[in-house]
Amino acid sequence: MSLHNFLYGIYPYIALTVFLLGSWLRFDREQYTWKSDSSQLLSKANMRLGSNLFHVGIIAIFFGHAVGLLTPHSVFKVLGVSDMAHQMIAIWAGSIFGGMCLIGGAILWLRRMFNSRVSVASRGSDKFILTWLLITLLIGLSTIPVSIGHASHENPGVMIALAEWVQSIIYLHPDPSLLNGVDTIFKVHLFFGMTVFLVFPFTRMVHVWSAPFGYIGRPYQIVRSKRFR
Amino acid sequence: MKVRAQFAFVFNLDKCIGCHTCSVTCKNVWTNRKGVEYAWFNNVESKPGVGYPKQWENQEVWKGGWELKNGKLELKSGSRTSKLLNIFANPDMPEIDDYYEPFTYNYAHLQNAPLSEATPTARPISQITGESMEKIKWGPNWEDDLAGEFHKRSKDKNLDNIQKEMYGQFENTFHMYLPRICNHCLNASCVAACPSGSIYKREEDGIVLVDQDKCRGWRMCVSSCPYKKVFYNWESGKAEKCVGCYPRVESGMPTVCSESCVGRIRYNGIMLYDADRIEELASMEDEQDLYEAQCKIFLDPNDPEVIAAARKEGINEDWLEAARKSPIWKMAMDWKIAFPMHPEFRTLPMVWYVPPLSPVQSQIDQGNLPVGPDGAIPVAGTMRLPVQYLANLLTAGKTDPIESALNRLIAMRSYQRSVHVEGQADTRALEAAGITEDQAKEMYRYLAIANYEDRFVIPTGHTEETLDDAFGFQGQNGFTFGNDSSHGVSKVTLFPRRRKDTAEPKEQAPLSSDNQGNAS
Repeated sequence: MSLHNFLYGIYPYIALTVFLLGSWLRFDREQYTWKSDSSQLLSKANMRLGSNLFHVGIIAIFFGHAVGLLTPHSVFKVLGVSDMAHQMIAIWAGSIFGGMCLIGGAILWLRRMFNSRVSVASRGSDKFILTWLLITLLIGLSTIPVSIGHASHENPGVMIALAEWVQSIIYLHPDPSLLNGVDTIFKVHLFFGMTVFLVFPFTRMVHVWSAPFGYIGRPYQIVRSKRFR
Repeated sequence: MKVRAQFAFVFNLDKCIGCHTCSVTCKNVWTNRKGVEYAWFNNVESKPGVGYPKQWENQEVWKGGWELKNGKLELKSGSRTSKLLNIFANPDMPEIDDYYEPFTYNYAHLQNAPLSEATPTARPISQITGESMEKIKWGPNWEDDLAGEFHKRSKDKNLDNIQKEMYGQFENTFHMYLPRICNHCLNASCVAACPSGSIYKREEDGIVLVDQDKCRGWRMCVSSCPYKKVFYNWESGKAEKCVGCYPRVESGMPTVCSESCVGRIRYNGIMLYDADRIEELASMEDEQDLYEAQCKIFLDPNDPEVIAAARKEGINEDWLEAARKSPIWKMAMDWKIAFPMHPEFRTLPMVWYVPPLSPVQSQIDQGNLPVGPDGAIPVAGTMRLPVQYLANLLTAGKTDPIESALNRLIAMRSYQRSVHVEGQADTRALEAAGITEDQAKEMYRYLAIANYEDRFVIPTGHTEETLDDAFGFQGQNGFTFGNDSSHGVSKVTLFPRRRKDTAEPKEQAPLSSDNQGNAS
């Protein structure tokens, strides 16, 4: 089996399995380690700007990817979104939110690496995952000029191929050959992105699962009883 | 009426000598761990002063507690939605320097320094970075005994509507100690602010705890507690707070800060209250009514109706008995000499304070203070401590209840003086202060003698009723975090584990044997 087939036919399943099983195991066995691991107490400077830009950017990027790649082509057609419109939305949204995420991420990265308190209190995995996310983001951002090139030739083929490949993985019919005509930079971005899922359960990333939406509908006071009821 | 029992405290400030034994015992038991070196579940402040963390009482800065928005109770830090929108960076979060950067000293250098002209010194070392600190600029008790300039200390929020300049002069200066722990509030704002719902009040005794497994480190509790008594453990990434020494309390023992109190100023006991009225009474329009409102939430443990309702809620007989003998009830409700701290935060705190009298004996002896009918004890308004200051601290600025309490404390002394010095009971001061001779005798027993069994009336937690197999529970793991007790022999783990050691000097001082080698 070629490296290409392994990376885009088998590696996605390794990453997804570890992502789901690892998260579940950690939640079940090691909940004390399940946290956002904020370092705001140690250094507040630029946190409002950096953390908000980074988080808003990365959440928008995540959902942008999810909607753009997982929505079947036929659905876009029914909705009247042409392939070129789809591509332009992706380029614009990617640039805006990617830019936000990059600025915020850079602020957070500098503070994590060079603020002595934050740096010392960080675990290796904290520094690794932030750096890895930023590299993934940078590669993702550098696909934009390539996309603009495709768009200027009215050619949405690469985008459609990427979406079809992602859907082939989700439908359990992996087809690495769909990526044959795709520029290398996209494939590198895919590898980095899949690896985020692979390391997810072993880093602070797990706090993503715990986004506390339940708080909205909860009564303010909580009382627990030790008695049997 | 929904009767609940609350484990509550009274601290008698009149007798606090500021020795910090409470802080040290608490520190040694609960926060001598990596990540919470800076956290003092119990601390003692010198007042007036900005306190720990700096300016904690100023909710314009920290946005702690509750406020009325269109007549409805809402967190001062904002609604649930605004909490979620601010979750990536809490705008009201204190920084470690608002508490202080925790430090130790390079003690080894004192023993191992090479021979030199100057005496070796132990340089301070940051307990976060392990690096040498140039200068310690703030500490857990920096304003100890009025240390520092008056204009800095006078930022104390309690001096807000007081002509404070005169108190900067040596002749007029005043001072008191304020020991502080978590207030285990009836309307806790930390509980309300927690997005993950990990903070809760225990139904049985009202102790407020953070579920360490469920806490995700969103830090909203830290900023929303107006007393700044929830701390963020920067190592574990979890919120930690005073646990009311629940393992001790459950077995009928006082909290470790109360037990170790040298001045015997701390009282632990049970209060019954009506949980149905929390919101109503915390929503009083005028914040000066909040002290009286909180008194209304307490239920008379001798009232047969209350007893019947408490039994229906499953409250044990010995808890009802403890509520009847509660020192808290006597001081807060019977004698009206104890007050909640900053009721205007609307959290209904359950650590109450007896205000200090602060008499100046030499001034009395010189006849400089107006005295009561006995000619020996000064009248309340003339004490060194401005009544308005105490009122700002304890009754949202309302002076009447504070003055009445001070008068009662003075009357009790005057009466006891007449009995012991003159040999003849003089009850004139008592009548003026509105207390009976019996009450004065009991006040004397509780406040002056302060016997152990009067200070601490604590029923056990009845674990036998909540455990399936109490015998099987015996000898099991005690108080710990995560899976600490189930660590195997493997040193390798996929998931991050707590790093146990606090920072030590990075460059160890050379051993003395090396020095001799170098010298020769």
